[in-house]
Amino acid sequence: MTDYAIQQVVNALSAGSLYALMAVGLAMVFGILRLINFAHGDLMMISAYLAVFSLGAGLSLAAALPVIVVGTVAVGLLMERIAYRPIRGAPDVAMLLTSFAVGQILQNGTLLITRLAGKPTLIAFPSPDVLNGVVNIGAITIPKVNVASFFAGIVLLGLLSVFVTRTTLGLSMRAAAEDLPAARLMGINVNRVVATAFAIGAGLAAVAGLLYSVQAGQINPYMGFTPVLKAFIAAVIGGFGSIAGAVLGGYVLGALEVLVTALAGIGDLLPPGSVPPEVRSFLQQWLPSGLASWRDAVVFVVLIIVLLVRPQGILGQRVRDDEL
Amino acid sequence: MSNLRRAGGPLLVIVLSAVALAVLDASGQAFWQGLAINLAIFMILTVSLNLTSGFTGVFSLGQIGFMALGAYISAILTLPLPEKAAYLPNLPSWLAGVHLDQRLGDVPVGFLLATLIAAALISVVAWLVGRVLMRLSGHFVAVATLGFLVIVRVVLFNADSFTRGSRTFSNVTPYTNLWWAWAWVLLVVYVVWRIKRSSYGRDMFFQRDDRSAAQAVGVRVMDPRLLAFVVGAFFSAVAGSLYAHFITSFSPTVFYFDLTFRVITMLVIGGMGSVSGSILGSIGIVALTEALRRVEDATLLYGLSQIILAVIFIVVITIRREGLLGQREVPLDRLFLGHGRAGPAPPAAPPAAPPPPTTRAEETTSTP
Repeated sequence: MTDYAIQQVVNALSAGSLYALMAVGLAMVFGILRLINFAHGDLMMISAYLAVFSLGAGLSLAAALPVIVVGTVAVGLLMERIAYRPIRGAPDVAMLLTSFAVGQILQNGTLLITRLAGKPTLIAFPSPDVLNGVVNIGAITIPKVNVASFFAGIVLLGLLSVFVTRTTLGLSMRAAAEDLPAARLMGINVNRVVATAFAIGAGLAAVAGLLYSVQAGQINPYMGFTPVLKAFIAAVIGGFGSIAGAVLGGYVLGALEVLVTALAGIGDLLPPGSVPPEVRSFLQQWLPSGLASWRDAVVFVVLIIVLLVRPQGILGQRVRDDEL
Repeated sequence: MSNLRRAGGPLLVIVLSAVALAVLDASGQAFWQGLAINLAIFMILTVSLNLTSGFTGVFSLGQIGFMALGAYISAILTLPLPEKAAYLPNLPSWLAGVHLDQRLGDVPVGFLLATLIAAALISVVAWLVGRVLMRLSGHFVAVATLGFLVIVRVVLFNADSFTRGSRTFSNVTPYTNLWWAWAWVLLVVYVVWRIKRSSYGRDMFFQRDDRSAAQAVGVRVMDPRLLAFVVGAFFSAVAGSLYAHFITSFSPTVFYFDLTFRVITMLVIGGMGSVSGSILGSIGIVALTEALRRVEDATLLYGLSQIILAVIFIVVITIRREGLLGQREVPLDRLFLGHGRAGPAPPAAPPAAPPPPTTRAEETTSTP
């Protein structure tokens, strides 16, 4: 039972790391531009396809990683320059809808290219050997990719926190998020700051996309949609626009999802004799094993509750009434 | 006299459309008939989304969720008993015996009843959801309603005994024909147009343009939003029912983001707040999609049509954010009045056009 619990904690931390990596990118851009960039998930997808391309060309993971990250960052920067810069300052919903359109272009562009290359829509992901297999610690078995996700999350988010607190560019980014007009008056180059936010977000999404694809085992052009929704929920739970909040929200969401999955069918999993039969039948009735497939619905219900009860999230500033 | 004349334009359009439909119906051209029904369904969706989102500024991404529920509920209701027993063996007994496949002469009244029941049920759902969500605005409400769409999808996938889960729901009787589809179009256009001209409609636009000012002078915010949300959901469910009895087999995957985005494109291109804009927008996008589909089939460049639609969307939102018509309407009612006599008959003109100063102001502020 303890092993089961520890295993679930590890799962939660690894899922949480991926969500946090994605949510941070969303939160940085939102903090500065008030743009919810739904095409952020498609950057993950781009990264996955670049990985298939570069790993398939025989590169090792160490050699492929720069290609993947640089390629994804380039797409992120292009998307900012071409689609988002012209509508900067537009109403929230106009920007949100534009990001959906950008997503459609990336998805269908990828689809088009894979078709032209004679590849199927669904591609098996060539996981590098380093990330395959499991690690055994005592009685606990953890997939290597989960360990890698956890450490990638911790290390990259740590570096990000150094960047935003210790460097000039990082400080300008926080200043721009705090008050864009004032930051501009203080001589901060807004275009540069926005481009930096997009670049960092895309870089983190590239790593998340690689790890996510290894876990999923297969990729397709629409794979980014669910992760970006989850990342968005994570960012809202933590406090939208706040980087620390996005990280926290990512781990909270990871824990929440693993909790729903782990509690599903718990009544059948408990060893015989460990709980009274009434408790067991109660658990079987209220937490049936089928609950796991309702996981996405559960997290969205949580999202709606957060939006209504505490729209500023766990760490966010108070949201003014007229912004709601 | 002047009322009669004002009704002349719309009546003329209705009569011409009816003649066109009759010709199309008699022609036996299955392809064009299908396209016309498809267009009608998109028109209902776009006009009702315009009411929900364009009029009020409360952007809902959950509309296709209402459509999906409407499609499934009405299809379950009209399924004849033998099919029901074969395809949905696990339906609860109170539902298993229901079969609204009755006809009154030539008219499938059961289908009409099923559509109305589905739409009424969905309105109740929308009222409950709206009570909670209409408190939000801007992108918060967009994302919360997107959450609703995802929840509906999860429910449809998991409620196996009602929906067959991820398997295709098939053998729905093809009741939807040109007349049903276009009669509903007529009704939704009329209702939404009347709402736009009502005091509720003016409240919707007012609280959209300046919520603080609206509240300061005592204009309701919640009630008009909720009305728009519920009526929009009603007609979305109708569109779902028409779709279900047109396409006859479908699965939950259809009712998701691609469809949502397509309807939004029609709305934004036509103009948020303009009923005639939504009609033109849906005609334009349906025609364009159909043309691009043929290009895709010929060149095998699948995905091209959606890329082009998305690019058009971005260009419109960047260059002309208010869309084709903004919130103005095509002045059909002035068709017979003649421009020369506009001077002596000013009472006829103002209700036909929205207050010009606001549209002017919008145009100048929203052009970057």
